[in-house]
Order: sequence, then structure tokens, then C-alpha cells
Amino acid sequence: MKGMTIIVKTIASWIKVLVFLFGIYIILFGHLTPGGGFAGGVILAGSYILLLLAFGKEYAEENLPISLASKLDCIAAFLFIALALCGFIYGAGFFFYNFIQQKFLVEYESAGELVSAGAIPLYNIFIGIKVAASLFLVTLVLSAFRLESQE
Amino acid sequence: MLYSLCFLLFMIGLYCVLVKKNMIKIVIGILLMEYAVNLFLVMLGWRKLAEEAVAPIAAGGDLLDKAGTVSQLFVSRAVDPLPQALVLTSIVIGLGSLALMVAICIRIYEKYGTFDITKIRRLKG
Amino acid sequence: MEIFYILMVLMLIAGIIAVETTNLLSAVICVGAVGFGSAVMYLFLKAPDIALTQTVVEVLGLVILIRATISREKSFISGDREFFAVVVSVVILFLIFVIGTGIFADMPPFGDAAFARIPDSASQVYLENGVKDTGAANIVTAVYLDYRVYDTLGEATVLFTSVVGAIVILRKKSRKLLFEEDPL
Repeated sequence: MKGMTIIVKTIASWIKVLVFLFGIYIILFGHLTPGGGFAGGVILAGSYILLLLAFGKEYAEENLPISLASKLDCIAAFLFIALALCGFIYGAGFFFYNFIQQKFLVEYESAGELVSAGAIPLYNIFIGIKVAASLFLVTLVLSAFRLESQE
Repeated sequence: MLYSLCFLLFMIGLYCVLVKKNMIKIVIGILLMEYAVNLFLVMLGWRKLAEEAVAPIAAGGDLLDKAGTVSQLFVSRAVDPLPQALVLTSIVIGLGSLALMVAICIRIYEKYGTFDITKIRRLKG
Repeated sequence: MEIFYILMVLMLIAGIIAVETTNLLSAVICVGAVGFGSAVMYLFLKAPDIALTQTVVEVLGLVILIRATISREKSFISGDREFFAVVVSVVILFLIFVIGTGIFADMPPFGDAAFARIPDSASQVYLENGVKDTGAANIVTAVYLDYRVYDTLGEATVLFTSVVGAIVILRKKSRKLLFEEDPL
């Protein structure tokens, strides 16, 4: 697919950065404002799918190769479990213990600030990366199959 | 009454799944059922109060100190956070299952050349 | 309060059109109308997290569905199944609807949340101690990433499985083992 017209391409090249930045904002402030890993991850995937729709499959694959996307997917899932295991080791001995908040941030008392809530922002980041990579992969595979069947 | 309307939306989705022949229509029916169930779960937590209910997000004046004590006004006015948290994961799972269903539909279309499930069954014997 | 009824009737109309129209593209767009209507409804139900998620998920789902249905326009199928099967299923659906609406009479009415009347219910405890325990001001995040994080773990697993399933289903050729004869 050659992509869409020059108008769509120009506008897409302007707003792709803004969409990506908005996704990062939604993920990072997930524990203070509405949002979080799920919504932010879908927005991050949406910024790449905008490239996929506007510029075609090859351009999107140059920006985020399939191998890198699948690696990001697996690494984020692995880090999610690893952080949960850290709670098992350093904390009270159960899975998903929020050890950063309970051990290090209790005296810090920072409810309502950006650096707060211990492991929750980290979980949010991992989930966001995982959701973004998964949904980008699915959409890429679906669109790629349609192209092959048309030839 | 509002619960019944929500249930009616669910029944429309179920009717679509049971009666229609087109595979994409069946996927659409499953989507409608999913929307209805999510909406019903969130509706269970809404509170009709004298003043307006607030979202379960402690911000601004609701946080009394940095240790995280919330004001009693917030507790008495906030809606239920538990169904919202569970529905939040359910929506993203719905997107994943939608992608899987669409993949299956495309595969069947490539193999049989049609979306009609009765014809697919006849070809298969 | 009236806004809920207005939005709900709008969603019902869009749902009926989505089910009954013969054009697949307009059916998909009507499903989008139902989804965005539910997103607005979440906003009025004081659930901004879900409203945001539903909006972006709806956009992505519409992209996926439209890419699946477009260019297969010539293959649209109208009509139902056999007459007898349609009549039987409609009768059964009507019975389920009548019995199901009877159940709602026993439930607490809309606007009277059950958790507020029980002093030590889980939601009440989350609202009172959530910020103190977890440090997250957004209590919905505190629930799905601290109190009930196994739910999120399951979600990640299901999403991973669905992605793997879609890739396996849409693979061009089945991958044979190198030094093994294909039994078929």
C-alpha cells in the first residue's frame, strides 16, 4: 500500500508526536488522574497505527520493527512478573507485595505527587508497553494478511 | 428501568448471534453483549445523592494530608471503585478477543470465499 | 438522571440498526456509535478511567473491524436462518427477557449502590484506606494494581494469548519441522 494522499501524510507527520506524548502522559500520571497503563498503551499503539494507515505498512515497520515489538511485548510481561517476584523476596513474602511503598516510601508521605505510590507507576509503565506492543502487532498482522491475499 | 434497557441491549446482541448468518454480524453481536455487560456492572456502583456524586479519584481538597487521609465528604460521595477497576481490564480483553475473532473470520474467508456460516457448514459436510 | 435514558435509547437504536442493516460497513459504524455512546455514559456515571479507555479502545476496534470488512463488500449476506429456527430463538429470547427483568425487581434500584449500606464492604474499605495504604490518589488504579493485581496479571496473559493466537491463525504457511516428514 502506498499510503494516503499528501494532506493526510502531512497532518499525520505533525500529530504523531503529540499522540505519542499524550500516551506517555496518560501512563505516567495514571496513579493521579484518570488513565493508566491500559488507556495509555492503547494510545501509544494508536500513534503507530496512525503511521500504518497514513504511510503504509513498510514505513510503520521501519519505525517499529516486528521483532522489536515482539521483544518489547515479552520483556514488559517479564518485568511485570519480575517486579511481583521482588515483592516476594524483599517484602512480606507474598506475590505482588508493594514493597517500594511499604518499605521505602512510608515516611516520605507523598500522596498526590508524581513520585508516589511505590511500585504502581512501574506496573503502569510495564502494562502500557505490553498493551502497546501487543495491539500494534495484532493490527500489523491483520493488515499485512489482507495485503498478501490481494496480490 | 435502566437495568431493563441495558438487558434489552444484551438481548439484541444475543438475537444477532443466534439468528444472523453473516460471520461479521455474529462478531458485532458479541461486541454488543460485551458493551451491555460492562455498562451494567458500572451502573451498579452509581450513587444518587442530594449533591452530585464524585469519581473515585482523591484530588485537591479531598486529600487532607500527605499521608493519604481522605476527607469524610469524599468517602460519602464517591461511587464504587471496584466494578470500575474490573471493567477496565475487561474492555482491553475485549479488544484482544475482537482481534482474535476478526483473524478467524479473515482466515475462514480466505479458505471458503464467503462469510455465510450455513454455506461453510454445507461445504464441510 | 434523564441523560441516562436518552443515551440508553440512542444506544438501543444504534444497536438495532447495526443488527438489521445489510451493509457491513454501516453495521460496523453503528457498533461504533454504541461504543461511543457507552463512553459518554461512563462519563456521566462518574467513571472517567473507563470513559477514556473505552474511547481509545473503540477507535482501535473500529480500525480493526473496518480493515476486516472493507474490500469484502461484494460478499455481504443478508437474511436470516431458517424460519422455524428464527421463530424458536425469538420466543426463547423473549422468555429470557421477561424472566430476567423480573430479577431486577429484587435488586436495589438504580442510584442506590449496595456497597454504601454495608459498613465494612470491600469498596468502602478501599475508599477509606486506599490512598493511605497504596499512596495512589486514583483509587481505581489502587484497586487494579495493588489490591487486586492478579486480575491485571490475568489480563496480560489473555492479551498475550490472543496476540499469539492471531499471529498463528494468520500465518501464511504452517511451519514444518526441518528434518521431519509431513505426515499428511
